[in-house]
Amino acid sequence: MPGKSKSSKQMAMGTGKELSRAWKFGDDIDTDAIIPGRFLTINDPNELAKHAFEGVRPDFKPAEGDVVVAGENFGCGSSREHAPLALKGAGIKCIIAKSFARIFFRNSINIGLPMLECKDVGRISDGDILEIEGITIRNLTKNETYSTTPLPGFLREIVESGGLIEYARALVAKKHKGKKHK
Amino acid sequence: MSNDLTITEKIFSRAAGKPVRAGDFVMASIDTAMTHDITGPLAVEGFYEIMRDEKEKKVWDPEKIIILFDHQVPADSLNAAKNHILLRKFAKEQKIKHFYDLHEGICHQVMPEKGHVLPGQLVVGSDSHTCAYGALGAFGTGIGSTDMAAVFALGKLWFRVPETIRFEVNGKLGDRVYSKDIILKLIGDVGADGARYKACEYGGKAIKALDVSQRMTISNMAIEMGGKAGIIEPDKTTEAYVRQRSKGYKLDKDLKSDKGAEYSEVREYDVSDMPPQVACPHNVDNVVDIGKIEGKKLDQVFLGSCTNGRFEDLKIAAKIMDGRHIAKGIRMIVIPASRAEYMKVLEAGLVEEFMNAGAIVESPCCGPCMGGSFGLLGPGEVGLSTSNRNFKGRQGSPDAFVYLCSPATAAASAIKGKITDPRSV
Repeated sequence: MPGKSKSSKQMAMGTGKELSRAWKFGDDIDTDAIIPGRFLTINDPNELAKHAFEGVRPDFKPAEGDVVVAGENFGCGSSREHAPLALKGAGIKCIIAKSFARIFFRNSINIGLPMLECKDVGRISDGDILEIEGITIRNLTKNETYSTTPLPGFLREIVESGGLIEYARALVAKKHKGKKHK
Repeated sequence: MSNDLTITEKIFSRAAGKPVRAGDFVMASIDTAMTHDITGPLAVEGFYEIMRDEKEKKVWDPEKIIILFDHQVPADSLNAAKNHILLRKFAKEQKIKHFYDLHEGICHQVMPEKGHVLPGQLVVGSDSHTCAYGALGAFGTGIGSTDMAAVFALGKLWFRVPETIRFEVNGKLGDRVYSKDIILKLIGDVGADGARYKACEYGGKAIKALDVSQRMTISNMAIEMGGKAGIIEPDKTTEAYVRQRSKGYKLDKDLKSDKGAEYSEVREYDVSDMPPQVACPHNVDNVVDIGKIEGKKLDQVFLGSCTNGRFEDLKIAAKIMDGRHIAKGIRMIVIPASRAEYMKVLEAGLVEEFMNAGAIVESPCCGPCMGGSFGLLGPGEVGLSTSNRNFKGRQGSPDAFVYLCSPATAAASAIKGKITDPRSV
């Protein structure tokens, strides 16, 4: 549906809010499916993005601001950070799933790729147009609203400081300063 | 709430420097950190990003970081060669004490083998199968590259202390049935996400009876049910293994789960009558008794990986093949997991046996398991592998089919050219 992905870039009339096309996947989507092993020598998100879901979903051509919607255990398997990086590079602004696999969850928090845990993903179909505001999802295609589970406070702190790199940077600076005073 | 703790809560309490329970978020001190040629370059990039305003861009402790090459060795592409250069330079610049170039083998074999893993430690690796170190009673867990960058800089990392699922495995394994069959059975039962965010703790008579090599197989695959760790309480078997590598090591008798420790779930098994197990395409939890899939025609058999590439594994396979040639029309790739294991295999005459049987024996590395290097499957081909994953496209073409099994089943199947019960040959 090439036409649809374009329309997701439009802004909602009058609100200025970004609309996102949903790219729908099933349960247990593994990181080999997101980015196959042969591309792991690539470290650039934009280059990785060209191979996202290659082999399992050739039509995956998201527009900037689109979202991935999946079932349980999204991102299971390998620890490759190349997986969330490829999705981020492809312009995916958020991943909505029933649940996330642990290392993928860590990696996405760390690189600042937002995730929303939502029980109602079964109601979202491929190609639906969503409007995401904070932790609320509005499905404009189906005229429905879904709530999501907020992140625990500790993790929000990391996300709000701009990801783990910035969080760690502040800690290193603090440590350094402490040493100077001694 | 009782004061009784799981072994996982004990390890995290020590690492966090305060008493913690499942569910707590902590910044924990890392005992050892391991990275390799695939996830290392991004970690190095992240490290310098964290240190960008610091005058001294030094890692927290060059003696506690292990860097090695195993996924793409020898360099199989120009990009791989460039990544190797980047990591060699980093290791030199940072005076990383334990840097192993392409000669030493697969990280999860080399780490315990060289004494880099001790019971009770918190060990992180930027590789999902870092849970393998649970075989020695360490809390080993996989992390990402940015995580590793933070560890390089701080020696600490954030964790949510996990709840624990206890697998109580009793009974006595039958002839030609191994720990790989146990772990496949467990994964098939709980599913690919049945242990998500949780520590898997394996105990019971059947686990106690396993040597360290077979324990590593079980711990290694905890991630395939979503587990954060795959821990086995250290005992005399563990102590004997560790003492050979870390002189003077003494078992800490308190390093185990207390009697009243709280588990999110306890699952009990009796494996006495369990037949060999096989995971079918394209998920590791798609597990069947071998009888259900016997006769499936094969194109390739891969014997190796951090899951089942040790001397003991290859010896089991060679014994079953017993001088017989692999079936016509199929190929067999054998890869010992490390240099040390390779030497043992060589000295025992097994390399000759495998080669006489028509197999090829490669130097230690991840090989076909990572699917980016060599030994790939083409469209429509069927592979049987002793490794840990059979995802679509994992070992090459997304149109190929990968089955997972024990070294015994792999060997029996190689000589028959089709999936074969090792008890029948």
